[in-house]
Amino acid sequence: MKQTIRTLLAKHGNLPVAIDSVGDGADLYDAGLSSFASVQVMLALEEEFDIEFPEQFLNRKSFSSVEAIEAALSEILKEQAA
Amino acid sequence: MTAASKITALGLTERAKRAAKIAAGFADKVDIEGRFPSEGMEALKAERLMGIMIRPEFGGEGVNLTEIADICAILGQACAATAMTYAMHQIQIASLADYAVGSSWHEAFQKRICDEQLLIASATSEAGIGGNLRNSICAIEVDGETARLTKDATVISYGAHADAIMVTSRRHPDAAHSDQVATVFLKDQYTLEQTSVWDTLGMRGTCSDGYILKAEAPGEQILPRPFAEIAAQSMLAVSHLLWGALWYGIAADALARAQSFVKGAARKSPGQMPPGALRLAEASSLLQLVKANVVAGLKQFDTCKGDSDALNAMSFSVAMNNVKIGTSQTILTIINHCMLICGIAGYKNGTPFSLGRHLRDAHSAQLMISNDRILGNTSTMLLVNKQDTSLLG
Ligand SMILES: Cc1cc2nc3c(=O)[nH]c(=O)nc-3n(C[C@H](O)[C@H](O)[C@H](O)COP(=O)(O)OP(=O)(O)OC[C@H]3O[C@@H](n4cnc5c(N)ncnc54)[C@H](O)[C@@H]3O)c2cc1C
Repeated sequence: MKQTIRTLLAKHGNLPVAIDSVGDGADLYDAGLSSFASVQVMLALEEEFDIEFPEQFLNRKSFSSVEAIEAALSEILKEQAA
Repeated sequence: MTAASKITALGLTERAKRAAKIAAGFADKVDIEGRFPSEGMEALKAERLMGIMIRPEFGGEGVNLTEIADICAILGQACAATAMTYAMHQIQIASLADYAVGSSWHEAFQKRICDEQLLIASATSEAGIGGNLRNSICAIEVDGETARLTKDATVISYGAHADAIMVTSRRHPDAAHSDQVATVFLKDQYTLEQTSVWDTLGMRGTCSDGYILKAEAPGEQILPRPFAEIAAQSMLAVSHLLWGALWYGIAADALARAQSFVKGAARKSPGQMPPGALRLAEASSLLQLVKANVVAGLKQFDTCKGDSDALNAMSFSVAMNNVKIGTSQTILTIINHCMLICGIAGYKNGTPFSLGRHLRDAHSAQLMISNDRILGNTSTMLLVNKQDTSLLG
């Protein structure tokens, strides 16, 4: 899942640095992720996993790092399966 | 009882109204001369209103944003330049009070703001970046204990009159444009080389000249929290709410003038409804919309305050952006209605019904952080954000 997140970040994140140079726990906003780009990544993830981000994940924290995105996605997918 | 404690024993509204009365007496002069509203600002200091949002342990009165907004609305009815200067100062205080907790330098500074009634300015706008406050070109350089910064600041309101300036920059010279910090520099820690003159249609008394700011100070004056967090959770919301409150004040005063015009006409021809009366009713309904918009925003801010998840939620940003868009557009319609009601007496300067200053001041609202820019941000969020369709939620 991390790899998919990274691929979509590379495609839609519009980061000024290569995504490979950003660690899983590193702050994506500090690395230059804009709020516009974070929404684009969110849309791409919704398309990829056929989900919709619920209200409680529509905040900065859920998108602050690769790990945070993974945690949010796992929770959403778990909810959906239940 | 000291003189200061005698004043603070009085109600905030009473103190604000006394300061507003003084500011109102100079509003036209401040506007014509494009000069700092020193009488209004001195009156606010005499009423000890500069540091009231600061916690009591640092010398403030711990008042909430709604009370500050009420003061801004009172001042907005008297002199928009005084009101805007006061609002912008309080925006800086809100960031300091909530996002420099535990930093001994900033806590001591808050105490000084209260004791000495200091005035704090802000430098976020930068040449090459325009009004996007979440982006900086300039970077602060920390060398041992010392932090150095040069910023081409296109607009620093009352820069020449401030006791300190809060400046945004990149965190370090290699940081991304959005990886910012805010730093407080005291008057004797910076130089301002003026690069532009604030000769504008309205808000002339804010003296928002452009400067090259060169500053050097101990690194501990950098706010401990990232600016991204301060902007998202405090600065944008507080700006939109306090600005909305003072813009409401400008429109409310315009409506009061139009109402007394209609009343005067009604007195002259009893039994006949003056031609502007229907328009006045319409303007009054619009003014109520503006008020409701600001009050609902303040209530939402109050509910979310201290809860970083709630303040970071997209729905919160959308709501605050909507307060700004709604108020800044509607006040122009209201003042224009008032102008039509008062006719030439409103168009002319120097009558009791003059509305030129109101109209010109109010026009800054849609540019001050451009509405197009804000609508752009909101439309991005609406791609994923879900509309809250409840009436009370
Ligand atoms: C009374 C007053 C006092 C001020 N005081 C201060 C102060 O003390 N400190 C400070 O730092 N700043 C201050 N400002 C500046 C303010 O915060 C903004 O920076 C400024 O009003 C915006 O300037 P701008 O229109 O040149 O720039 P921009 O926001 O860059 O806008 C320029 C133009 O480009 C368009 N545009 C730009 N970006 C976008 C986008 N993303 N989407 C759509 N359209 C876009 C806008 O619609 C506009 O037409 C003050 C402004 C006013 C009116």
